Amino acid sequence: MLYAIFISVGFLAACGGFLAAVLVVAEKKILNYGPCNLDINAGERELTVDGGSPLLSALAENSIFIPSACGGRGSCAYCKLKVLEGAGFVGPVEEPHLTTEELETGVRLSCQVKIRNDLKIEIPKELFAVKHFRAKLIEKEMLTYDIAGLRIELIEPQTIDFVAGQYIQLESEEYKGREAVMRAYSISSVPSDNRNIELMIRKVPEGICTTWVFDYLQKGKELYFSGPYGEFHLSETDAPIIFIAGGSGMAPIWSIIQKMVEEGIQRNSVYFFGALTQKDLFYADELNKIADSSEWFKFVPALSREPEDSDWQGERGLITDVVKRYFPDTSAYEGYLCGSPGMIDACVSVLTEGGMPEEKIYYDKFA
Amino acid sequence: MDVLNSGIIQTFFLILISATFTDNILLTRFLGMCSCLGVSKKVDTSVGLGLAVIFVTACTAAINFLVYEFLLIPLGIAYLKLIIFIVVIAAFVQFVEMVIERVSIKLYFSLGIFLPLITVNCAILGTSLFMLNKPYSLLQAFAFGLGSGLGWFLAITIIGGIREKVNEASVPRGLEGPGITLIIIGIMALAFVGFSGMIKI
Repeated sequence: MLYAIFISVGFLAACGGFLAAVLVVAEKKILNYGPCNLDINAGERELTVDGGSPLLSALAENSIFIPSACGGRGSCAYCKLKVLEGAGFVGPVEEPHLTTEELETGVRLSCQVKIRNDLKIEIPKELFAVKHFRAKLIEKEMLTYDIAGLRIELIEPQTIDFVAGQYIQLESEEYKGREAVMRAYSISSVPSDNRNIELMIRKVPEGICTTWVFDYLQKGKELYFSGPYGEFHLSETDAPIIFIAGGSGMAPIWSIIQKMVEEGIQRNSVYFFGALTQKDLFYADELNKIADSSEWFKFVPALSREPEDSDWQGERGLITDVVKRYFPDTSAYEGYLCGSPGMIDACVSVLTEGGMPEEKIYYDKFA
Repeated sequence: MDVLNSGIIQTFFLILISATFTDNILLTRFLGMCSCLGVSKKVDTSVGLGLAVIFVTACTAAINFLVYEFLLIPLGIAYLKLIIFIVVIAAFVQFVEMVIERVSIKLYFSLGIFLPLITVNCAILGTSLFMLNKPYSLLQAFAFGLGSGLGWFLAITIIGGIREKVNEASVPRGLEGPGITLIIIGIMALAFVGFSGMIKI
């Protein structure tokens, strides 16, 4: 009886092991593409990598960090790069994320492009400035019942050079049954404080990274992130501004507003903060302080699910309705939005209905 | 010697033809439907996948026969044949994937997800299991595998051709896609029933 169990289990294991070994050897022999040349930005930089790996990881191994939120699975589409020559066929995983113009100009998902031969690629200059940081959590405070504010001190490199509105990619660690992932969060602190960054993170139910942040990341723990990334930042014009963001979407807006206060940029601005109830408000005191002490800034929080009979004196209703009420004519303004794709789409249509040209609306869509 | 040789070759071809036509694994035994439904939209992908399936079915029939005769039975673990066969098929399909990726990247991309799905194509596991029901030798098992694969290839190519033509015709709403395909397969199966009983092997 025991003998029979040993034999069957042993044979199964041996069979599996043997076949796995054969496949590993076969892969090395068959899928050996040899060394391939990567020509970046028409000769600005040239890399030689071993063929067979995805473009994203080959670049990361050479310290060029392309943003990625899904770890190479092809679902987030953050890793888009222009591949001018040598990319091969567009796979079924990439296709849904690429528009016809993008396909015509050679834009691909770098996590899905496997390096099989020499490539000519284009990498936006800002991505060369992206670095990998080792840092330490020095403060974690609950801003609301589900949003945490993190203050992180940089260790190596010691300083970060970013523009207000940019984001970083935080790396969560493996924990009970969940793998390590990278997630994008906007920096909420001001660029002049370049030895630290602050983040606002909202708990996503069952979210891999946010559960790690809320339950496992403690003060004094070391963490890793890469950045800065992103094109969301204040424009150079003098136009008046409409800010719209709710919840953790406040992060880049808060960074921009603090920068405006610091640098004395006094463009007329209104910040519309959309939330459900009073429980979701945070930093209201700080924002009201700025509004009270300056003539150019106004803070308008609007609650959409606050009970009728509460003591809330501020605006009520959907943020889009409140914006429409304050600014039926938005044509002279610039819009800066941050939030979920649904909220952004709704705000964009309200602002464009009021006359704001689409090129003047800036946003960061976080899925 | 000549009689013996012709005997072997005769049985080889008899088994081959019976597995291809009278006992067609897709139309008579109705195995391997999902890949068929998914890939048969265009004739070229049908042909590509069909050829891959022929190769995998024939080779895994032979390999599984050897594993059964020389490893499973002597060790007394014939009851593990289901698991072992599937493991062998999975490994073999991985191998075929690598070869296709290296040799024809176009075919690799046009097959897409259906290439690794060959692993769970019931027709292939079915062939390996059915060949054990008859007292085949290695060569005969190989013939059986080759015939099954050929039969599947034949069926999916014909279905692909018919679907391409049907695409241009007007199909009643609601029947488009899988609906009309299953009806086509049913009618083809009726046609193949005409072959039954031709060869008793």
